[in-house]
Amino acid sequence: MGKIAPIMNERPVNRRTALATGAALVASLSLDLAAADARGSAEMKTVPVTRKVVLSVNGVDHALSVDTRMTLLDALREKLGLTGSKKGCDQGQCGACTIYVHGERHLACLTLTVAAQGLQITTVEGLAEGEHLHRMQQAFIDHDALQCGYCTSGQIMSAIACVREGHAGSDKDIREYMSGNLCRCAAYPNIVAAVIQAKTEMEKS
Amino acid sequence: MRPFDYEAPTDAAAAVALASVPASAHVTAPVQYKGGGTTLIDLMKLDVMQPTSVVDITALHDEAMHRIIRTGSELRIGSLVSMAKLQADTSVVRHYPLLTESLWQAASQQLRNMARLGGNVLQRTRCS
Repeated sequence: MGKIAPIMNERPVNRRTALATGAALVASLSLDLAAADARGSAEMKTVPVTRKVVLSVNGVDHALSVDTRMTLLDALREKLGLTGSKKGCDQGQCGACTIYVHGERHLACLTLTVAAQGLQITTVEGLAEGEHLHRMQQAFIDHDALQCGYCTSGQIMSAIACVREGHAGSDKDIREYMSGNLCRCAAYPNIVAAVIQAKTEMEKS
Repeated sequence: MRPFDYEAPTDAAAAVALASVPASAHVTAPVQYKGGGTTLIDLMKLDVMQPTSVVDITALHDEAMHRIIRTGSELRIGSLVSMAKLQADTSVVRHYPLLTESLWQAASQQLRNMARLGGNVLQRTRCS
């Protein structure tokens, strides 16, 4: 007690590295289980199928080779290092992975990477212009529209689309059309306020 | 999720040729068609659906599958029309407000942008 633990590693392990290592371990374990399970049935495929795909993300093309099972969310985060899109529920319910496909909001967790060939994809990383934040990003800061921040990139993506779609006419409309984005910190009143501010600014410009 | 082959034909006849199973067996069939994928991919992650091959039909060139056409008292909705597109269609808003309202009350805008009407009708609901 009271002793300072010796430093084991010279290289600091940051949060992202620790998370990535943990996730890789879990992924390999579940793959092993799936493979073992599949051995019982002759019909099941046991060998992963890989496909080449070119993803157009934030205006840049990326040639990738991916497992057909890989979701666009995993490809963005694990293959392209675009970790702004978050994995919350991974079941299409929370909206943390909201991205744009040809400007329309979609869920990256329910999109297969192989099916994203030829689509114009925009992620939260593609919103700012250099050092200039998008008006919606600034509005979220101005109104303190977050607490833990995990859902925020999805909220911002959805909020901009909500304004563009013309669904931000009233508090009620905003709440309805933002209902695909859950916030467990319940920052909803501030999110609505941020959307209203950004809407006014977006319409002026 | 289990490994699977992936095809994305642009011709309807080619898509049909990839899977011929009796309608009664469509849930357990090894080949599954994918529209928006909002239910199929979710159920594949949960191992409820276990196709060995997925045929993506969103790239089919058939114009009629992507359009909403109102003629007199008839409304024809292409099977690849998204829930969001049908909900916002001016002709549907004006003449079929019940459709617009029921779509608006279902799911979220993200899911409505992805989900197609054909898949919605054929959806395997969790309770069945």
